[in-house]
Amino acid sequence: MNGAPPVTASGGVGTQRSVVVVDDHQMFRAGVIAEIGAQVRVLGEAADVDSAVRMILRHPPDVVLLDVHLPGGGGAEVARRVLATSPETRFLALSVSDAAADVIAVIRAGARGYVTKSITGPELVAAINRVADGDAVFSPRLAGFVLDAFSGSIAVAEVDEDLDRLSGREKEVMRLIARGYAYKEVAKELFISVKTVETHVSSVLRKLQLSSRHELTRWANERRLI
Amino acid sequence: MTSVPTVDPEAAPSAPAPRRAHRPTHGRMVGGVAAGLAEHVRVDVFWVRVVLVVTSWFAGLGVIVYAALWRFLPQSVPVDAHTAHGVPQRSRVETGQTLALLALGFGVLLVQQDLGLGLGDRVLWPVTIAVVGVALVWRQADEAQRQRWASDSPEVPVVGLILGSGGRSGLLRLVAGVLLIGTAVSLLVAQAGGLSTLLSALVAAALGVLGIALVLGPWIGRLVQDLATERRERIRSQERADVAAHLHDSVLQTLALLQRNADDPKAVVRLARRQERELRDWLYDDERTAERTLRTAVLEVAAEVEELHDVSVEVVCVGDVPLVDGTRALVAATGEAIVNAAKHSGTDQVAVYVEVTGSAVELFVRDRGVGFDPESVPADRWGVRHSIMERMRRHGGTAVVRSAPGDGTEVRLAVTR
Repeated sequence: MNGAPPVTASGGVGTQRSVVVVDDHQMFRAGVIAEIGAQVRVLGEAADVDSAVRMILRHPPDVVLLDVHLPGGGGAEVARRVLATSPETRFLALSVSDAAADVIAVIRAGARGYVTKSITGPELVAAINRVADGDAVFSPRLAGFVLDAFSGSIAVAEVDEDLDRLSGREKEVMRLIARGYAYKEVAKELFISVKTVETHVSSVLRKLQLSSRHELTRWANERRLI
Repeated sequence: MTSVPTVDPEAAPSAPAPRRAHRPTHGRMVGGVAAGLAEHVRVDVFWVRVVLVVTSWFAGLGVIVYAALWRFLPQSVPVDAHTAHGVPQRSRVETGQTLALLALGFGVLLVQQDLGLGLGDRVLWPVTIAVVGVALVWRQADEAQRQRWASDSPEVPVVGLILGSGGRSGLLRLVAGVLLIGTAVSLLVAQAGGLSTLLSALVAAALGVLGIALVLGPWIGRLVQDLATERRERIRSQERADVAAHLHDSVLQTLALLQRNADDPKAVVRLARRQERELRDWLYDDERTAERTLRTAVLEVAAEVEELHDVSVEVVCVGDVPLVDGTRALVAATGEAIVNAAKHSGTDQVAVYVEVTGSAVELFVRDRGVGFDPESVPADRWGVRHSIMERMRRHGGTAVVRSAPGDGTEVRLAVTR
């Protein structure tokens, strides 16, 4: 795997990825499957937390497409329960919700990326491939959230751990993604390789997931709208 | 005067709502009855008080009328229950005047006693004490009701029902009132049958109260609970009705329009997008009443362009500042830049990114469209771009256009805060 499939290219390189689609709207599941069905292998669908967990554990896919809002606890609950028994599972959150609290919750529960439901089919396939390769997928909106959450609104004195801070490079990468740049374009802009961009994004994801700053949650709750 | 009805009979029957007398919550001396009456019949409150005092000389008629009206006239709901306490209560002059009136009235009553025209000493004193006690207790009841309005929580705390949140002063008033009434009753009983009768009467009364409490206690408790449940239920159903009304006006209308326009994909997309935006605003944005900020202004501009030019504009904001001269120009320039992208890029996706940094605001409008070579564009096609730059420059900002054929276009706008 070259690890750097272009974001806009349709289809991945090499083998087809397998996915499970979790969403409580049957119509939406059908739509997604129709759009990406040719490029990925759909192992199954689920409409609520319990059946999703069962389905994922029975047929482990490369990537789980996870709706943020689900009856029975939401996407975050699915991620938490599956990761408890099968920590290798990879989740890509897919949502119409713009509420920061929802997005941050599902990312902190273990999702490796977040895209909005308005994403096009080819872009979604590219995102699936990226997540399957172990990289992170940040939409412009998520990048904006990260910049906002990690911005200077919190006193430096409180921020003592590396986990609670973005490096200059990471900030630059986030800023470009927020501006609508694809990874390839970010790489070109910063004169670094796509692989390096992916490394930066993954490290931001790790900070987002592991940072112990409770301000993150508070920030998200205060900020109900993007 | 004594027969003033609570509903003005003069009120025109065709009037939408008859004018009702209320007891005002501020400017009251005792129970607000005189003030309410004065307001209702439109005479000076002083004269109402005079009439009440004078009629009291005739078998206490004024006092009885006052008590009756106190019970039957509702308290007026303060315009803003939360600020009612800050309203100046009454003027010093008025207080003095009323006290003088009361003293005069009571003096005349005493003179009547001496002349043998009144109730007699054995009745007058207990009755006077009881009247003061009742006034204290009722006053506290008014207070508690007002505080309940102010708190608008669905819970009905049993203690709060009686005391309000007045705490110690409320409790003091209540205890004093009850003690006064008790004293009055004891006086009456003692006068009738001496001290020994008083003791047995007290014991009997205490037992009676205990019995009533035992019988009615659980029932009252349940009543209070039911009231709370009912209130919560009503709030909930009201909310549900609001949601239903909103969905009906917006989503259902749009769905009907979508069905009618099913063969026009552009119209469908436009309708769906507008509805989505509107619904999102309604669901997530509780800051609508707040002042306009950079973020809301940019979102607004983006929505306008989406509407007019059939593109989708994704706006990402980091930080926010109030709208001032410079940022307002920035917003206007942003609008032009998005329109440009919508018209010339050939794509229907535009990304807008706003970031507020320490001293400046940066804004990027980017599309992945056809792009162009800034060096080789004929001067006439530069019109709008120049106007953007010109506008930014006038407000101490900058505008930079980056583009290459096939590589999309990005406009970077910046202004100091």
